[in-house]
Amino acid sequence: MTTATNVLAEAEVTAPRPRRRRRRAVESDDTRKTNWWATALIAVCSLTVLIPLYLAVVVALKSPEQLAAGNGFEWPNPVRWENFADAWERTAFPQALVNTSLITVGSVVFTLLTSSVVAYALARNSHRRFFKGVFFYFLAALFIPFPIIMLPLVKQTSLLGLDNQIGMILLYTIFGISLNIFIYSAYIRSIPIELEEAARVDGASTWRVFWQIVFPLLTPINATVGILTCVWAWNDFIMPLVVLTDPAARTIPLAQYVFQGQYNIDTTTAFASYLMAMAPLLIVYIFSQRWVISGVTRGSIK
Amino acid sequence: MSTLTEAVRTSTSGARNRRRAGRVRTSGSRALPAYYWMVWPAVIAFAAFHTIPVLVGIFFSFTNYAGYGDWSFVGLANYINLVKDDLVLAAYGFSFLFAIVATILTNVISLAIALGLNAKIRARNFWRGVYFVPYVLAILVIGYVFQFLFSNSLPKILSDIPLFRDNILTNPDWAWTAIVGLAVWQACAFSIIIYLSGLQTIPPELYEAASLDGASPWRQFGAITFPLISAFFTINVVLSLKSFLQVFDPIVALTNGGPGTSTESVTLLVFRGGFSGGEFAYQTANAVIFFIVITIVSLVQFRVLQRREADI
Repeated sequence: MTTATNVLAEAEVTAPRPRRRRRRAVESDDTRKTNWWATALIAVCSLTVLIPLYLAVVVALKSPEQLAAGNGFEWPNPVRWENFADAWERTAFPQALVNTSLITVGSVVFTLLTSSVVAYALARNSHRRFFKGVFFYFLAALFIPFPIIMLPLVKQTSLLGLDNQIGMILLYTIFGISLNIFIYSAYIRSIPIELEEAARVDGASTWRVFWQIVFPLLTPINATVGILTCVWAWNDFIMPLVVLTDPAARTIPLAQYVFQGQYNIDTTTAFASYLMAMAPLLIVYIFSQRWVISGVTRGSIK
Repeated sequence: MSTLTEAVRTSTSGARNRRRAGRVRTSGSRALPAYYWMVWPAVIAFAAFHTIPVLVGIFFSFTNYAGYGDWSFVGLANYINLVKDDLVLAAYGFSFLFAIVATILTNVISLAIALGLNAKIRARNFWRGVYFVPYVLAILVIGYVFQFLFSNSLPKILSDIPLFRDNILTNPDWAWTAIVGLAVWQACAFSIIIYLSGLQTIPPELYEAASLDGASPWRQFGAITFPLISAFFTINVVLSLKSFLQVFDPIVALTNGGPGTSTESVTLLVFRGGFSGGEFAYQTANAVIFFIVITIVSLVQFRVLQRREADI
């Protein structure tokens, strides 16, 4: 497995290092002429993203008769809002929403609190054999596909009574470690160690140094890890599908799956429930769009 | 996922800082106890919930365990049977066909769109925001919308094209293309962002110099853009292929493996056979082989793409 990571590292040695100064310069004093052809092309291509969303909205607002009459794309007249009320009840939406929110918030909080500590210890001791070994141990897991863990994991979680929301939080936190320490440790190594040493001279313990000095400095990378974990935990389907056994613990994607599986559902009600399933994260995204994109970009290159 | 790039990227510069850290704090070869306390809980938790399931899986792959009841060792019988199982071979065939086509499409499309988004266009940040939307949607849920599109809307809109008129999802030969469509639709969001960050690392002076020398846009792309983002290309290709090989959600949303078993991927097969088919041991053996296959494919890709990078 270590060879794998070496390959990873070698592959990037030739990579150009981004120049922050230059990038900012490009954005602020870009004196190039507006490229109208590119603008038009980008606008037209973006329809591929927007059309499915439009379809989701209009179908959710129709009556079954209106839907049967057309091809789905017509704007509904009159608009039928009852679909949402039906879907709200039939998918037990409030419960799924609470479950998903609980799992997502729990996973994000625990991930931030634990991955950062682990990554800090590993990054600051990476010249020591034990810590280097642990780093590669976590990293190796990136190559293991989920199917190989899936079947035994289900046995184990049900044996330990973790086939519930708490178990999901635990699993997202643990399975996320591989990637997260990778993201964190690169950033931590770029933090000057002198700050920490000054605190140590003043008598601060290692834990205190971490929480009071290092952790606040990690804010940008915490944002990246938080966003990635949030989207993963909120949208994940396969892990809740195999781990959660109690219907009351269902997450939003799982509720859609079960709903879709029931025979004879109204398409329009189903669409209202899809829309409600997509809405929370979509709304958050719309209001924090720039911030999310820059957060993810920071995670992907630095 | 693609956050890999950052860590790999900075790990090269990390070596420098690490050396410095070593020089500054040379007291003793053992780390402070607090550092061990920081790491051990994570190692134990990871071993308990990740490594042990992997080992248990490998153990059971040599038995005839059905997921319940008694079991006994059967040696390599599961592995031998896997190689002869048409259903398994078909699932590998589908997974690879799907993953290769989806990887190519994702990378071509997202590179093209990233180039467009990197050009000087009106409302650039708005468009970037739009193209990233699919990333925040659950693929299962948006997949149901696509399912409606393929099975209800397109047959009416494209009633002149037999393939779409008869609902492409019920066509055993072409249903996979619909799944590719959905998977690529979502995967592009993240790839675009990665390529975009790659493109922003290219100094604009290079293009100025090239256009002064009279290089055409195509030539600029071939001689400047592509070589300079080749590391991003490598990461994107390797990661997309790896995740497309494990495709699950889009299939569940669109065809559920059908018609027949024509769109059954390895992950779907392991899930179905393992949980409801009483093939716990057999499908675990399948997953072990899948792990080996994925690792080999990823490593080979890295070697090949890396060599190509070096040639430039």
